[in-house]
Amino acid sequence: MFLADVVGTVVAPVQIPLLDGRTLLVVRPVQPSGSATAKTRVAIDTVGAGEGDRVLVIDEGNSGRQILDAPDGAVKTLIVGFVDAIERDGAIIFDHRTGNHAPSG
Amino acid sequence: MYLARVTGRLVATQRYEPGLEGVRFQWIQPLDEAGQPMGAQLVAAVALDVGPGDFVHFIDGREAALALPDETYVPIDVAVTGFVEQAAVNGRDLAKED
Repeated sequence: MFLADVVGTVVAPVQIPLLDGRTLLVVRPVQPSGSATAKTRVAIDTVGAGEGDRVLVIDEGNSGRQILDAPDGAVKTLIVGFVDAIERDGAIIFDHRTGNHAPSG
Repeated sequence: MYLARVTGRLVATQRYEPGLEGVRFQWIQPLDEAGQPMGAQLVAAVALDVGPGDFVHFIDGREAALALPDETYVPIDVAVTGFVEQAAVNGRDLAKED
């Protein structure tokens, strides 16, 4: 599972059936400081996230199939949670209310 | 899944059978959040009605085989999973940019 910022939305009128009715969001994997750590990708939203949210993303097929209850589902990247705050060494280095990305993070 | 632009088609009459029988292949260029090329172009299995010039999303790895409609135990590691009409990222619609 990794940390990501939601940076966009995707509208796809033609898709594999599994994705029908699903919201797709563009997520940038990040460190707490907000710096990108891996390729930006498209994730299936399961928590009602939106642009600007910092979220938890799982990027693994078995978990994806379990979440969507689709044993043969072509799925692996899903948003599975919102991140309220991140604490490291006793200090809050990210708080979604203030959106502060402490430089040291 | 990742965003990509379909850039062409690929014909491979001699191929591994039966696994790849009837599978259509197209060239896709994965794109980053600025709509710029991200890594090398890939050969994707395509079971949807998309073609060169279309903006798509695709899946890689084992899940790509599961994206094909009927036979899902095939040697495929990249497959187009959707035709993208709009990809609003950082305030720009990457699908409308060439």
